Amino acid sequence: MQPTTPIIAGQPLAIDLRGLTKTFGKVIANQDISLTLREGEILSLLGENGSGKTTLMNMLSGIYRPDSGAIFIHGQRRDIRSPIDAFKLGIGMIHQHFKLVDVLTVAENIVLGTPAEKGMSRAAITRKIADLSLRYGLMVDPNRKIYELSVSEKQTVEIMKVLYRNARILILDEPTAVLTPQEIDRLFQILRRMREQGNAIILITHKLHEVMEVSDRITVLRKGLVVDTVERANITSDALVEMMVGAAVDLSLKRPEPEPDAPVLLKVENLCVRGAEGELKLNDVSFDIRAGELLGVAGVAGSGQKELCEKLAGLLPAKSGCVKVIDIDNNMNEVDITHAHPRKIIGQRVSMSFIPEDRLGMGLVPSMSIADNMLLKTYHHEPGPLVRRKPAREQAEKLIERLSIATPSALTPVRRLSGGNVQKVLIGRELLSKPKVLITAYPVRGLDIHSSYAIYKMINKQKKNGAAVLFIGEDLDVLLGMCDRVMVLCGGKVMDIVDARTATKHQLGALMAGSIISDSKKGEALA
Amino acid sequence: MTKPVIRAVQRTDIAPGVAFGFRALAIGLALCTGGVFILLLGHNPFAVYGSMLRGSLGTEIALTETIKMTIPLLVTSLGVTLAFRMRFWNIGAEGQICIGAIAATYFALFHADWPGWVLFPVMMTAAFVAAGLWGAIPAVCKARFGTNETLFTLMMNYLALYIIQFLREGPWKDPAGFNYPKIARFAQSAQMKGVLGIHWGWIVALVLLVLVYLYMRRSKQGYEIDVVGQSENTARYAGMNVSKIIVRTMVFSAGICGLAGMIQAAGANRTLTESVAGGVGFTAITVAWLSQLNPLAILPVSFLFAMLQRGSGFIESIFGISNAAAAVLQGVLLFFMLGCEFFVRFRLTVRKEGVSVHA
Amino acid sequence: MHESIQYIVNFLYAAMLTGVPLMYGTLGEVITQKAGNLNLGVEGMMYLGAVFGFWGGYATGSPVMALLCAFAAGMGGALLYALLTVSFKANQNVTGLTLTIFGTGLANYIGTSLIMASPTESATVAANVINAFRPVRFGFLTDIPYLGKLIFSHSWFVYLGVALCVAAGFYLNHTRQGLNLRAVGENAAAADAVGIPVTLYKYVHIGVGGGICGLGGAYVALVTCGGTWTYNCISGLGWIAVALVIFAAWSPYRVLYGSLAFGTLSILRLYIPGTVISIPPSIFSMLPFLATILVLVITSIRLTREKMQPRGCGVNYFREER
Repeated sequence: MQPTTPIIAGQPLAIDLRGLTKTFGKVIANQDISLTLREGEILSLLGENGSGKTTLMNMLSGIYRPDSGAIFIHGQRRDIRSPIDAFKLGIGMIHQHFKLVDVLTVAENIVLGTPAEKGMSRAAITRKIADLSLRYGLMVDPNRKIYELSVSEKQTVEIMKVLYRNARILILDEPTAVLTPQEIDRLFQILRRMREQGNAIILITHKLHEVMEVSDRITVLRKGLVVDTVERANITSDALVEMMVGAAVDLSLKRPEPEPDAPVLLKVENLCVRGAEGELKLNDVSFDIRAGELLGVAGVAGSGQKELCEKLAGLLPAKSGCVKVIDIDNNMNEVDITHAHPRKIIGQRVSMSFIPEDRLGMGLVPSMSIADNMLLKTYHHEPGPLVRRKPAREQAEKLIERLSIATPSALTPVRRLSGGNVQKVLIGRELLSKPKVLITAYPVRGLDIHSSYAIYKMINKQKKNGAAVLFIGEDLDVLLGMCDRVMVLCGGKVMDIVDARTATKHQLGALMAGSIISDSKKGEALA
Repeated sequence: MTKPVIRAVQRTDIAPGVAFGFRALAIGLALCTGGVFILLLGHNPFAVYGSMLRGSLGTEIALTETIKMTIPLLVTSLGVTLAFRMRFWNIGAEGQICIGAIAATYFALFHADWPGWVLFPVMMTAAFVAAGLWGAIPAVCKARFGTNETLFTLMMNYLALYIIQFLREGPWKDPAGFNYPKIARFAQSAQMKGVLGIHWGWIVALVLLVLVYLYMRRSKQGYEIDVVGQSENTARYAGMNVSKIIVRTMVFSAGICGLAGMIQAAGANRTLTESVAGGVGFTAITVAWLSQLNPLAILPVSFLFAMLQRGSGFIESIFGISNAAAAVLQGVLLFFMLGCEFFVRFRLTVRKEGVSVHA
Repeated sequence: MHESIQYIVNFLYAAMLTGVPLMYGTLGEVITQKAGNLNLGVEGMMYLGAVFGFWGGYATGSPVMALLCAFAAGMGGALLYALLTVSFKANQNVTGLTLTIFGTGLANYIGTSLIMASPTESATVAANVINAFRPVRFGFLTDIPYLGKLIFSHSWFVYLGVALCVAAGFYLNHTRQGLNLRAVGENAAAADAVGIPVTLYKYVHIGVGGGICGLGGAYVALVTCGGTWTYNCISGLGWIAVALVIFAAWSPYRVLYGSLAFGTLSILRLYIPGTVISIPPSIFSMLPFLATILVLVITSIRLTREKMQPRGCGVNYFREER
């Protein structure tokens, strides 16, 4: 699979990879990868989670070293042995998970690891940072500590870090995952400005519309192999998906219609929750969910989604307000669960299940077997002081068969499973209790397309069974395509709850960024 | 920049035989290193190791003494294992032994007239409860404020030690001691009698071994300990009361260490001295770790360490090698075992330098 | 009046001296923890420093050799720890503890052997080594009333420790390497990504930290114990040093007054006349440990972001983890 596109005259190659292979143990992460990147070009590297994008870029930035193959930078063969080598070659990587030191300032993070130049005082450093900010339109105060910054500001710092090192080749790994549409627009503007200045940029992503919006060429990876490299102008989204997944996939999201006058199952009124430092993480949050309804929650990371989930599941105390579930089989009896213990919330008549975003850090015990993980929420129901492991094992085996979980056995530790299978174990266990209220936080994060759609299907099935579902998501397309209504959180406040059938992404984005749109303007945004 | 030619890759799985081989190799290498050390001191390592074996196993008396040394080590290791499985670093076993011994000593000194079937259960209960409460203090602070338990339990060792010193010099000073500050020898009735030639502490130890094993592997509370140890978030998510579990487990952990103190005072020393713990609390931590926090492995490992200690005492009298050598050998053994775990967890691969270039 | 001031000056002077080994031990551990490693082997490294410093002085009769040996011994122990935790990813708690067991054993072993080999059944270094660490005079400065005694009449060993604290503080806060080190301790992955040689930084600072701990041990052997080998001479100082790190909030400057405060507590008993308050000595001996516990609990209740243990402490960094 050699580059199929001709090289535009006058644009020399910044990067030329030939036959890179990298294995981890028995896993082949990259096999015989070849691709090129020209100066003044944005190349998108498109592929599913696990297709080997990040591994490939880690080889370019010196974090991993290829088992075989060659890397040519600006026409010369190079051996990139460490991040320092990468910097020296002008390659800068912006990681998906920010590599910043929280307790240091922005300026300290930017200069970190660069050789100290003689006469480079703090003032001079600050000036250089200010110059960069001006040139590329980046804005962040160099004297602030990282932990005080928002997610998008942290990303700006990452970009400044590589620019400060005079990088001419920039690699951005899933940079838009945590941004609002408006922030994404701004990021793309910055990228275009860099392209104008002759920088070469690789954008790693799995979001098609971004690829179509900003890139010049697209290289598609699948299972560690290059599928093809194409010009953006000559390709359609559907064709890209097919290349990415390997088969034509129906990417349309189903939205089963809820019954028009289904009763409300979960009611939250004026809920306030404090964070660890006493600040309000949830501020006067009110909403309700009907039986068979899917309420999506959108918001920039850290807008209170985590607190909302944990509060509903009984893991956090409320400062004020209340959470009620309605027992429709028992005279519409309202049960106040604001201060209920998690076990009561799990086990009550109107049972609730919570699928947390941190699967291995909260939902499951990674070193325990699938069978032992089945016990997590039920072990205390059993009589006597002893744990009964046999039924749990049988249950695990049934689950493995029903959800076709790929695992050697029910006694395999969960941490050895792949991401999609881990999530199946978690969701499978949570659905065993036939919850009336289901809370899911970022249920498809890190999963490939097939696993994601399997999860969406499971959620929709719950919906059809009459459960009230709260769905915290980050992909606005999915939220708008699947949910009945979408609630937007910003700084712990509910900005609005919109109808997912009519709302637009930019409308959600504006709300996520905290601007309240009056009803008259709403119409404009929709238009 | 140097280029790392060898890189480590995390193993996904290892055959039990291979792991066992690595560990056996580590012990062998440790013995060799110890042998070199002995050689440097001008002795014949084989002769020294041989006498250590003879001194710890060779005669009936030697074997009895070794088993006597195994008892507190075994009990204390079981205690710290409970806390360690919860990732609660209880480094305070030393102090907990002292507190258990103090509580038991109170009844031995002042209620020796009680019938044995009352006195001993009371002494054991007192030791367990007192040490358990003592251990609950850092656990409560950990649960409520997240106080670093390693340092807290460590500092409490010194407090316990000074409490014994205080009792010895003041309230519990032996009036028949000619003004020499010591605590009186227990009355016959408060001493643990021999069963098969060794005070019955060994029965207590074996019963505890079974109990702790069942508790950890079969009970709900044991399951909770494992979950909390892996992730407090998961435990909270499952509706467990993490604070309660931390405190409860630590009470058991410290209480069992306290029992070791009672056994030492009433069984081995027949009085209370400041050396009632004598480093057992620290050795137990390494025993527990080497046993991979598996109660069944603790029995042989603590016996091995007792042999080491007993053997060192023996070679001191024969070769004039200070018995501090036991600690040195222990350290060497541990260093090798710690290093060897790396090879059990990781596989080393040599980087392929022959790069194939696609033209 | 004069007598009571003199009494207080004597008291403070003695407190400073008692605090010196703690100062070294704590500073060494601060540097170690800044690299993201919690080394519970301070006690062991101090023992190693004590016995090898002693042996260096004993065998060569040179105070410089004594210090070099002490530093090298502490560093050797620390590098063993670094090998196991940094390269072999062993549990930091257990490895540190093992280092303490090993160091204590080896020190007592060598010390006892030296004593047994000596015809007088005791081992003392040559007089010139002891004298080298006696208080020095700074001419008229030493004669300033009170202040002269408190500030200008210490052993070089004391001034060296203070200088090391100040130098370490400057290094951490004002140099590029210090910044890199803080990054390594806080977030090794971030440091690695910007090309800081994480492993090298860890080895160097764990090693130097251990060397400084070793010097603290040498102070005990050569100054506190007067140059005569004493069985179990460190007896818990290393552990207090580990706790003092928290008191000092990981700042080398605060190590200075932290160790002074603990020195004060340790000798309080000797300076409060028994006729004033009659407290058994064993209770007094508990004070430093009680105070440490108090500090531990209080700091855990009120945490500020900057005064916390470096985030990477206790967790081994492995790059290709996936």
